[in-house]
This record gives sequence, structure tokens and C-alpha cells, in this order.
Amino acid sequence: MAAHAHESNVKRIWMVFGILSLITIVEVAFGIVKPDALHLSNFLGTSWLNWIFIILTLAKAYGITWTFMHMEGEKKWFRRAVVWTAVFLIVYLVTLLLIEGDYLHETLAPLVRW
Amino acid sequence: MEANVAVHSEKKETWNGGSVKPFGASYGKMMMWFFIVSDALTFSGFLAAYGLTRFKFIDSWPIADEVFTHVPFIHGNYPMYYVAFMTFILIFSSVTMVLAVDAGHQMKKKKVAWYMLATIIGGLIFVGSQAWEWNTFIKGSYGAVKTTEGKILQFVKDGHQIAIADFVHGAREDHRVQHTKENGLWFESEGTVATYSIDQIVKAYNADPSVQIRTEFINLETKKKTILSREAGATELAKTKLVVEGANLEVNEYGNTIFADFFFFITGFHGFHVFSGIVINIIIFFNVIVGTYERRGHYEMVEKVGLYWHFVDLVWVFVFTFFYLV
Repeated sequence: MAAHAHESNVKRIWMVFGILSLITIVEVAFGIVKPDALHLSNFLGTSWLNWIFIILTLAKAYGITWTFMHMEGEKKWFRRAVVWTAVFLIVYLVTLLLIEGDYLHETLAPLVRW
Repeated sequence: MEANVAVHSEKKETWNGGSVKPFGASYGKMMMWFFIVSDALTFSGFLAAYGLTRFKFIDSWPIADEVFTHVPFIHGNYPMYYVAFMTFILIFSSVTMVLAVDAGHQMKKKKVAWYMLATIIGGLIFVGSQAWEWNTFIKGSYGAVKTTEGKILQFVKDGHQIAIADFVHGAREDHRVQHTKENGLWFESEGTVATYSIDQIVKAYNADPSVQIRTEFINLETKKKTILSREAGATELAKTKLVVEGANLEVNEYGNTIFADFFFFITGFHGFHVFSGIVINIIIFFNVIVGTYERRGHYEMVEKVGLYWHFVDLVWVFVFTFFYLV
């Protein structure tokens, strides 16, 4: 098996669980209250509130991948082969599709009568 | 370049890469990671398509808080609480999974088994909750009407949405009978007949001045759906062609049909992952109990299935954000 010693990480696991739960609680609280100052604002195409949600989500994803999936313990270039590939392709895809979605709205929305 | 050279081996271990371990990871673990990358791209494809569609209909997309408002056994309007609970369950089952892996490193068979069992139970609670969510979503809670222009009209009183049954009284009046293969044309079938006829709803609307009509159109200043005046509402209501109760792949009382399509597709695909994760977990659980990994000398299989389970949790974190929060 791997060279590193397998000491128990139980304490750390519970700590990460605490952090992930806390982030979820904060997200839900924001989602229920929806403060106008954040909800009705606009920054780079969406509200500040949505940016907060996205950043907190990425923080959660980092916690799950690094601690629970033990990515921190893998060899540097294995980690990069997985993370960089996925992140690059996803960012690329999402950017193009969201820009196209916005274009579709600009083109089609004037044709809809409300 | 040793990693690229096939190592000759007569042993049975050849199928799992033998002794060659590029990046210091075993064959199985590495392949699990690469599978996860490809699966992550599949899910991103779905979520990105959802994002595209949402931006396309940015001025009429259903507001998640108004769609997912139910908690089992409790009546009332509680947005978000139940999905938050589901998220919590899934994160917690991830914790028990990682504790099982941790116990496996120390070769504590009993502990591994108990933690695996806890993980399986967490997964079952999650899938059950999702089934409940689907059921609630399909049944619908308020009902709406669809116009000839394909728009959904909902009913409100004092700014809050009300169900059709709240202002239309009595049973359906036109005695419309559900068409079945037994009593009509055997090659024709029909969806469920709505509780009320269109005429009945229009009449009840005209009779009750406190009822107003809400369209799908979002006021971008307040981020709320537009409520029409009584007169404008009557004009729109006159265009009704269908009474919608609940949601399916063709109609959706909450608004855009494609919102329901994405809901079924994305949460369904994720739910299927959870389901298969549970099945795999159960197999590994029995392997632990009969001592397969004790004999093998390591619990790496638990680690690999753990990776998959965490990935399912990871996907849910994103689905939760983009379907329920943003």
C-alpha cells in the first residue's frame, strides 16, 4: 500500500463535516431570507447573492474532494490530471453555453408578448 | 517509461494492472478517478444546458422557493427546508463512508461494517426523500391554467398564490367522463381529467373580486412574478385552453415546461447514481462481513466505492445550488 502511514483522521473528518454543515446552513439561511441588498443587485450577469451561493458551493466541493475523497494525499500530477482536466473543460463549456443562453434571450424575448 | 511497458506476469493480478502503479495509485483507484472525471463532465453538460435554458427564459423562469415549499407530514409553506435536510443527510452519509475507509486502513472489520451500514441507510433516506419530492412535484399543489399562447396563469389572493380549489367551489359541473379504452375507442387514451372545467374556473374568477391572476413574467426590478389587474386578468383567462394540475414532461403548473423536464432529468439522473451507489455499497458491505478484504489484506475496495459515493454527494452539492438556491 501507499508509503504514508495510516494514522486515524477521525477528528479532522468531523471538523470538515462541521464546516460543510455550517456552509449549508448559511446557504439555506441566505436562500430563505434573500436580503434585498444582495438579491436585487447585479454583478457580472447575476446577483451578488448568486455569487455567494456559487463561491460557497465551490468551497464545499473543495472540502469534499480534498478531505473526503482524499485528493490531498494523491501525487501532485495525478491530482492535476484529474482536477485541471475537469475544471478546464467545465469552465469552457459553461462559459460558452451561458453566453449563448443570453444571446437566445436577447434574440427571442422581444418576440414574446406578455 | 516503465509505466508504459507491459510487465509479463503469469499471476491473476494482471487484470488489475499487476505491480505497475503510475502516480503511486493502484489501477482500480486511478480508473475510478478517471470515471469520476467523465461522469462529472456528463453532469456539467446537464447543468450547463439548464443554465443556457434558464438564461434563455430569464424573464419567466419559475422561482424555486415557490415551487419546492413542502415538508413531509407538515402543512404550510416552508421553502428549502426539506432539500436542506436532504443535503445534510447526503453529507452525513459521506462522513460515515469516509469513517469506514478510515477504519479499513486500521483493519477494523467490525467498524467498517457498521459505518458501511450507516452509509447505506443514509443513501436510502436520501432516495426516499427524492421519491417524495418527485411525487409532490408531479401532483402539484395549486393548479394553474394554460392559455392558447402557451403561458401559465396562476391564481393569487392578497399577493399569495392560492389553489384553484380555494376559489372554485363544488364538483366539476360539465359531467365530463374520463375516456378509457374500455368505454371508448380502444386505440385512444387520455390523461387525467382536471378537477374543474375551464368555464367553471372563469365563472368563479369573475364572481370573486379578491382573486387575481399572476403571469410567469418576472419583474426584473423586484424579481417577482407579475400580478395582473382584474380586467387584464379576465382578458388573459379568456384565452385558457387547458387546466393544469401538477407537472409532467408536457405541462407544468409552475411555469415553463422545460423546467419540469430538467428537474426530472437532472435529479433523476442523480437519483439513479445514488441508487446504484447504494447497490454497490450493499455488495461491498456483504464482502466486508464475509471477510473478503480481511483475507485480501487491505480494504482498498471500500476506498474505491467511497470515491464513487463522495462523488454522488459532490454532484448533489451542485444540483442543490443550481436548482434550489440560485
